Amino acid sequence: MSLILFWIFAAIMLAAGLGVVFSRSPVNSAMCLVLAFVALAALFITLDAFFIAVIQVLVYAGAVMVLFLFIIMLLDLKSERTRKLNIPACVGGALVIGGFVGLLVKVIASNPAFQATKPALSGPVDDVHAVGMTLFLDFNMPFQIIGVLLLVATVGVVLLSKRQLD
Amino acid sequence: MAPTLAHYLVVSGLLFTLGMTAVLLRRNILIIFMGLELMLNAANLSLVSFSRFNLSPAGLPAYDAQILVFFIITVAAAEVAVGLAIIVALYRSLQTTHVEDLDTLKF
Amino acid sequence: MTPQSAAWFILFTPLVMAVVILFIGKLGKPVSSGLAIAGAAFTCVLSWWLFAGADFVDPVRIEWIDFGKLVGAESPAQFYVPIGLTIDALSKVMLLVVTTIATLVFIYSVGYMATEEGYTRFFAALSLFLFSMLGIVLADNFVMMFIFWELVGVSSFILIGHYFGKDSAAEACKQAFTVNRIGDFGFMLGILVFWFVTGSVIFSEVGSSLGGFDEAPIWLNVAVILVFCGTVGKSAQLPLHVWLPNSMEGPTPVSSLLHAATMVAAGIYMLARIFPIVLAAPIALEVIGWIGALTCFVAGLMAIQQNDIKRILAYSTISQLGYMVLGVAVGPVWGIPMFHLFTHAFFKCLLFLCAGSVIVGMHHKQDIWEMGGLAKKMPITFLAMVIGTLALIGCPFFAGSFSKDLIIEYALGKSMLWYWISAGAVVLTAAYMTRLIVVVFFGAPRTDHARKAQESSLIMTVPLMLLSLAAFGAGYPIIQKQFIPITHPENLAWWAHPVILGFLVLGVVSAILIYRRAGAKDPVSIPAFANRLYIDDFYTWLVRWAQDGTASLLGWVDRWIIEGVGVQFTAKLTWSVGFALRFLQFGNIQAYVFFFGAGVVALIYFLFATT
Repeated sequence: MSLILFWIFAAIMLAAGLGVVFSRSPVNSAMCLVLAFVALAALFITLDAFFIAVIQVLVYAGAVMVLFLFIIMLLDLKSERTRKLNIPACVGGALVIGGFVGLLVKVIASNPAFQATKPALSGPVDDVHAVGMTLFLDFNMPFQIIGVLLLVATVGVVLLSKRQLD
Repeated sequence: MAPTLAHYLVVSGLLFTLGMTAVLLRRNILIIFMGLELMLNAANLSLVSFSRFNLSPAGLPAYDAQILVFFIITVAAAEVAVGLAIIVALYRSLQTTHVEDLDTLKF
Repeated sequence: MTPQSAAWFILFTPLVMAVVILFIGKLGKPVSSGLAIAGAAFTCVLSWWLFAGADFVDPVRIEWIDFGKLVGAESPAQFYVPIGLTIDALSKVMLLVVTTIATLVFIYSVGYMATEEGYTRFFAALSLFLFSMLGIVLADNFVMMFIFWELVGVSSFILIGHYFGKDSAAEACKQAFTVNRIGDFGFMLGILVFWFVTGSVIFSEVGSSLGGFDEAPIWLNVAVILVFCGTVGKSAQLPLHVWLPNSMEGPTPVSSLLHAATMVAAGIYMLARIFPIVLAAPIALEVIGWIGALTCFVAGLMAIQQNDIKRILAYSTISQLGYMVLGVAVGPVWGIPMFHLFTHAFFKCLLFLCAGSVIVGMHHKQDIWEMGGLAKKMPITFLAMVIGTLALIGCPFFAGSFSKDLIIEYALGKSMLWYWISAGAVVLTAAYMTRLIVVVFFGAPRTDHARKAQESSLIMTVPLMLLSLAAFGAGYPIIQKQFIPITHPENLAWWAHPVILGFLVLGVVSAILIYRRAGAKDPVSIPAFANRLYIDDFYTWLVRWAQDGTASLLGWVDRWIIEGVGVQFTAKLTWSVGFALRFLQFGNIQAYVFFFGAGVVALIYFLFATT
């Protein structure tokens, strides 16, 4: 059962990913990306990472993609016309990608530690509690820094968006 | 049969590959940016799988990896905001989102 | 006053006088000259007193350099140089010559320099020279002699360049010092060889440890020839003779004291000092003999066409020094060359002082073709000059004949060629000196200066008279026996002496016949001799060629190697690398990502897949 669920969600995610890459219209790509995020959240849930799954949906699918769509609308991007394919670039890209995939499979298949199935948990997970405790106790400092980072990002965005005053 | 760690890692790798394909093949900046997001998420997936498959002595998942995922999501959000602001500024000055038109730093 | 302390006084009094003159000479001309003459006279008196006394047997020394104290007596690096004085027959007679002539010349200079500039520094420099020369005479080791050798060169430099405002004088003093230096380089190398083989630089110790050369006697010859280089430079032998005629730019007292009687004789004195060592090196004796013989003949050739009265005497000095050097090569004892040095000092000094008197009478004009008929105007000078000339050319009963003929007779015993060359030089000597006397003192005056010439003051003529006595009598055996030990050659060919006399007469008579009625210029004109066989021009060309050559070589190195390879190449290399790397900036973002991705794939491959 868990395997079937895994394959369904994995397939949806990869198909959505293909949609992102090969869609002609940007809006289509954005929608496929949303689908990919949701499928990914489902995969997180199969891994008992509930908190992360919810955060994923909220932040990524909810905020980041909305932002993307805003910008697509703002810039009023049209669908791309087909252009002449740059053969050498395609071949080079294909080589890199093919090489990467090949290496990936080889490395993962050769390591016996990766062949194990999910180990059993000692009890029901209290996800939020555990993540919260680890975050505020062990990783407090990075947490504060992330806060500053967000502030800096906000300020930066405001600055970048200003029209140049002549 | 349950999915093994290898399954999750391969899927994560394929997602990463798809993201890299988008970056290499597409000429629209926004699509390239979306490819970046795919790559980040692939990394998140592999982190969460490692967190689940390596249990702490208490029998619970290793939450350190999930903290890292949390941070990655946060930073990715900030990055998207700033990146899109840059793209908007670029569009304002060059009137294009075509990545081949950005060649001022050529030799 | 013990003899030892007298020797130290002899050495250091002139130095003290020189320093004092420099400080208080401004008080007045009599102060400078008085101090100088007093110093010279004091050393003269002490020299005569020491002459009458015994030779020094124990070394009289101040310890100076002694490496043995530093490294221990066992170490092979022994180097011991004291400041030591030798008083033996050789140094006693040389002391007499140097101090007596110096005193007479100092007195003469008072009259000569009366109207000239730089009076004080002249007498200070003369006293310094006297100190340096006495150092050479008294030295008991090579290094001390070398130091004073150089000091004499410095004094000569100062004195030749007395009229330093004149370009020719400045060039001359520079040339004198430089050419001397070339000889001194050889001298230094010779000292080093001696020290290396025998372990000592003290004359007596080197002389007694010549056994060190037994395995390779060639090195003894090499060392002697190198040391002889010092003589070639200092005593103006071929090929380093070019400085002596130019040194006539100095005032005439300087020419007579330094470049006739004493300084140029230092080279001969040094060879006499190491005579036993020289005698043990047959190849070196050959070289010395040839250089001496050639010098005395070639200098005579150059002299017969010179027109400056002092230059004629200068080339004559070179020629006579050639005789002395030849004497070193052919004589069995040091007395042979030293005898000629002894007599030559007196008559050459006399001749120069007479020339100075003539020059003063002619208001400092020196060309003989502007003189004439001076015999009536300057009788004392004329008489003294004739006595000097007769002594120089070797007229019988005058001093020169005793010493010069002795050398020529010994030369016959060693080599027929040397005999004929030195005898041939007798003709030349007689010819050019007679030419000088006839043109300057006989005939009609050629210019106004000659017509208005007057005899010089007493202070100049008295030394002339005293020296004339010496020039006449210094060769007679009764006198010579007191001073210098000589031997006579055995089994001399019957024709040796008459041939010399015949050449003498030939030279005198031919000169009289040619120049008897000479007008305003020389009836005989041989450009090769007048231009001194072009040797001076050759040296000028050589120096210029070497200098320009070195300069262009360095220029080439600077332009092509330092700038071309060093600077330009490094710069262009950097630029080229930058230029090549520029083409990696494609401007295409996706190209960058491609390389990035390829790099990552390669990294993963090498990290994981090849384990």
